[in-house]
Amino acid sequence: SAGVAGGGGNDFQWCFSQVKGAIDEDVAEADIISTVEFNYSGDLLATGDKGGRVVIFQREQENKSRPHSRGEYNVYSTFQSHEPEFDYLKSLEIEEKINKIRWLPQQNAAHFLLSTNDKTIKLWKISERDKRAEGYNLKDEDGRLRDPFRITALRVPILKPMDLMVEASPRRIFANAHTYHINSISVNSDHETYLSADDLRINLWHLEITDRSFNIVDIKPANMEELTEVITAAEFHPHHCNVFVYSSSKGTIRLCDMRSSALCDRHSKFFEEPEDPSSRSFFSEIISSISDVKFSHSGRYMMTRDYLSVKVWDLNMENRPVETYQVHEYLRSKLCSLYENDCIFDKFECCWNGSDSAIMTGSYNNFFRMFDRNTRRDITLEASRESSKPRAILKPRKVCTGGKRKKDEISVDSLDFNKKILHTAWHPMENIIAVAATNNLYIFQDKIN
Amino acid sequence: MAAPLGTAARADDTGDEKQDAQEKEAVAPERAEEAKLKAKYPNLGQRPGGSDFLMKRLQKGQKYFDSGDYNMAKAKMKNKQLPSTGPDKNLVTGDHIPTPQDLPQRKSSLVTSKLAG
Repeated sequence: SAGVAGGGGNDFQWCFSQVKGAIDEDVAEADIISTVEFNYSGDLLATGDKGGRVVIFQREQENKSRPHSRGEYNVYSTFQSHEPEFDYLKSLEIEEKINKIRWLPQQNAAHFLLSTNDKTIKLWKISERDKRAEGYNLKDEDGRLRDPFRITALRVPILKPMDLMVEASPRRIFANAHTYHINSISVNSDHETYLSADDLRINLWHLEITDRSFNIVDIKPANMEELTEVITAAEFHPHHCNVFVYSSSKGTIRLCDMRSSALCDRHSKFFEEPEDPSSRSFFSEIISSISDVKFSHSGRYMMTRDYLSVKVWDLNMENRPVETYQVHEYLRSKLCSLYENDCIFDKFECCWNGSDSAIMTGSYNNFFRMFDRNTRRDITLEASRESSKPRAILKPRKVCTGGKRKKDEISVDSLDFNKKILHTAWHPMENIIAVAATNNLYIFQDKIN
Repeated sequence: MAAPLGTAARADDTGDEKQDAQEKEAVAPERAEEAKLKAKYPNLGQRPGGSDFLMKRLQKGQKYFDSGDYNMAKAKMKNKQLPSTGPDKNLVTGDHIPTPQDLPQRKSSLVTSKLAG
């Protein structure tokens, strides 16, 4: 089915589908979801959390006897991807929190994904086993070794069906290549290489080779006192395997071409929106810091998320974005308190729908925002247990920015800044979205589906 | 920075007076917030949002305990109270060292995610 553009927003409504996770008020730190990602077909949905665990959900096939369960995501596999480590040399704790998960395109029956914490990237293979060999000669059915002297005849083991078992195994571990904290990984369109980016460097890896990686960007100054910006996100172009972009804490994006030189310290394109110097404040640089950068599926545009807005850039135009969407402009008059409670440093992600006609990003109070690029309509929705009845239509939410508060509006001062939606994902082809609200994962679908 | 929705318009010196006023109105809340912050923390870094917070970012998550520093500080202080970390636990060592009591406990045993429950 089509993206949002099918109905232009009029005949289109989002409904609650599922929610995963515990309802307790007391949220354990480990349960906080830190990344959400659909695979290329949208049949699998992976989440990573602060406890280093990955949970993969699989979409149920159509089933005539249970028509309403079509499209439901149920647990497919779960495993401990990363564990807490301690760097004894530097006396540093290495968090097991999964910063990013990226799927590889499927090439055989198994599924592969990359998951990373601050220091180490791992390639996981998720495979199904539905057959088991029985009738071994040297061991019992329960695995105990048989006494060889008691074996008097030989038989050929036969394969018997068994209950489906999904196994996850780490196939590659890419370690020791990052001094600083990894913020991004991105699989290349060549399906052979991928990049990993930390605050100051970007490395290129081959999926088969773990003991070597090439440094392709290094912005570390010779004197750390001269440090003025850090890398905040990086991504490969979806079609051109030689092109990638990286964003900075100063609100700029650099596009690099690996064909031009081995070390891509010099960009091919530099994207920056000019700033009115008279409007500069203490907060300007902090709120301009880009927390996420995503290419459109078409590869013609890219989207960046800074603290207050989402911007769409045409790759052919470096001097300003082609579209700017305000996510929560009302927070501009709250920057002082948001600085004091550290919320101003929250890193929101953003995503495109399958047809690139709509974009989505999160906000506070468990609100998330969607913008239709064609109609210029936008909507604010909430991920909450209150609106969690099966197939219940989500009601648009509105924040009152001043003056009289209307009945269903919420005032800025009543927003819960602990309820942040930092991670959202949109199914690559259908109107199904996954929204991570702290320790809960919400799945919403459109009514037509 | 405060671009209206869907456009990339910005005021320049010779631009519309009305647009100028609009821009100033949009930025005024930011300046007011800055004034509030400076009033609370007069010693806030000279460079706006500059390399202080970048260095802090690079050291994110560093709960630093150095037994050498700790023992030296203990010897220096003799009978006096050992300095604890104070409000900013992420500040690199010196006199502001975490003591063993300040460090967070190592993670408890790993359990299955509640999302899979």
